[in-house]
Amino acid sequence: MIPLDHYLFVSAVLFAIGTAGIFLRRNLITILLSVEIMLNAVNLSFVAFGRQQGGFDGQIIVFFVMTVAAAEAAVGLAIVIALYRHRESLNPDAFTSLRW
Amino acid sequence: MPETLVFYLLSAIAIGASALVIGQRNPMYSVLLLIASFGALAGLYIQLDAPFVAVAQIIIYAGAIMVLFLFVVMLLNAPQEDAAEWDRTHPLRRPAIARFGSLLALLLVVELAWALLSASGIDRPVGEQAGAAAVGSVRALGRVLFTDYVFAFEATSVLILVAMVGAVVLARREGEAP
Amino acid sequence: MDLRLLVQLGIIGFTFFMLINASALLVYAERKVMGFMQQRYGPYRVGPHGLLQPLADILKLLMKEELTPKGADRWLFTLAPILAVTAAFAAFATVPWGAETTLFSLLDEPVKLGAADVNVGVLVVFAITSMGVYGIVLAGWSSNSKYSLLGGLRSSAQMISYELSYATALSAVILLAGSLSLRETVDAQAGYWLGVIPRWYVFVQPVGFLIYMIAAIAETNRAPFDFPEAEQELVAGYNTEYSSVRFALFPQAEYINMTTAAAVATDLYLGGWHGPFLPPAYGWVWFLLKVGAILFAYIWVRWTVPRYRYDQLMQFGWKWLFPASVINLIVTAALVLYFNA
Repeated sequence: MIPLDHYLFVSAVLFAIGTAGIFLRRNLITILLSVEIMLNAVNLSFVAFGRQQGGFDGQIIVFFVMTVAAAEAAVGLAIVIALYRHRESLNPDAFTSLRW
Repeated sequence: MPETLVFYLLSAIAIGASALVIGQRNPMYSVLLLIASFGALAGLYIQLDAPFVAVAQIIIYAGAIMVLFLFVVMLLNAPQEDAAEWDRTHPLRRPAIARFGSLLALLLVVELAWALLSASGIDRPVGEQAGAAAVGSVRALGRVLFTDYVFAFEATSVLILVAMVGAVVLARREGEAP
Repeated sequence: MDLRLLVQLGIIGFTFFMLINASALLVYAERKVMGFMQQRYGPYRVGPHGLLQPLADILKLLMKEELTPKGADRWLFTLAPILAVTAAFAAFATVPWGAETTLFSLLDEPVKLGAADVNVGVLVVFAITSMGVYGIVLAGWSSNSKYSLLGGLRSSAQMISYELSYATALSAVILLAGSLSLRETVDAQAGYWLGVIPRWYVFVQPVGFLIYMIAAIAETNRAPFDFPEAEQELVAGYNTEYSSVRFALFPQAEYINMTTAAAVATDLYLGGWHGPFLPPAYGWVWFLLKVGAILFAYIWVRWTVPRYRYDQLMQFGWKWLFPASVINLIVTAALVLYFNA
């Protein structure tokens, strides 16, 4: 049997990778992918905790997270497409019209 | 022990693939590596006795969300990241302000590691407690989802509807019929 | 104990072998049926009645030169066909194809005919099938050719759209059977209504069956929904740039996907291995007959119905098929609730 903290450690590392991706990358699609990594890291710890506690709460929250992730991907990618039409670029630094 | 071995293998794939996702310049490869990472996570879910979550992970994440990403990458057909000055340097060798992000991520790792090390009672093997055995049953899972969590479930359906309308409105060209 | 493991391995190997055979047989059947539908003989030269034609085809493809287009993404170009065919084989893993049997009383305990028996079998098949799209999409993208790219784009959009109807049609059967296991679903269809009509779900779910079949044709990229390859518009679509073995894997994946879709339809709607006249030990004969009938229908549709237009495909999928499947699901759910309460 694997101890719980092993799962939590994997989850923490994944979450940190996702965070680093958001801060370091300059590509909207990669940034969205990093968000997905973070959501998955959280999912893993939810399922691990749920297994530890016994009961379904952990797994059910994972379903809700997945739903939110799907919604986020759909809206996020729609925004990416709209932005790309305006600027022909995926670099978030290209979209500075609202900055003054 | 094969179980431990499988765990380490899957975690290594998940972490390695995720790290490569953000280290990759070609969004196509990023998407594919992320799919590999999700597959490994699905394996971990099976190990955690949650087969339904594992299958949902494959169907929803790998089968739907990632296809959407792939579709957008192909549609925009912008395989390489913008090769601006900014991006020609390696992320870790950029000026200090740009390194701020990696600093924050590192801080997060340290913080999480500290939290994990100082927490007590999490080093027991998962699933040794009583009542943890029945977690794998899909029928019971559905029962809980549609009784205790029915309000949240309905709320997500509204969320999906909003997201759907939002995506259609955002992605359509100006002046085009909706 | 050891013998049991050996038998299970044997069954897995046999399933794999039969799938390979199925793809070869389908190549022959397709050309022959097409020939007869067009008042020709079809392949006739290689072997008696052209029976060795698939072998000749395979040999020819193996001897061709393997080309990689300039500017193609080498890794993905090779990975794509492998992914496609792996997903196709893996999807069949949880499909049972025969009742529990002792193999003519060779064994003490009965074994289950089927590579693996999983309690969420339907979902596993669905999950792995939805992975199959990557092979085609990657082939389209990595070829560095506009025809391929268009084929890949079409394929991804088409498969996302029709997956929804596919899954919703499946859900109605899951509701009826009350189980996610394919084996339990099949066993729930044993017996007869009024002593004559078999208890197959196709009689309770005619709309669902139709939706499933249409969505399955679209999922496997077969005519009249073969937009990813559409010869007249896209040369050969996603596999334009492929040759030799790498090319051969794509049609093979397609034929195995067809077989899987037909086998799942047989398990879910046509009572699997249950049927009159034959003793349960020979149930697999019924299974083969039913799968064969569905596959024949596949080929029949391909050579009689012309290809749609792409916008018509999307219109049909989203405005007709998906609403119909949702209504079907709601009605089924209400009826199950009414009769079970």
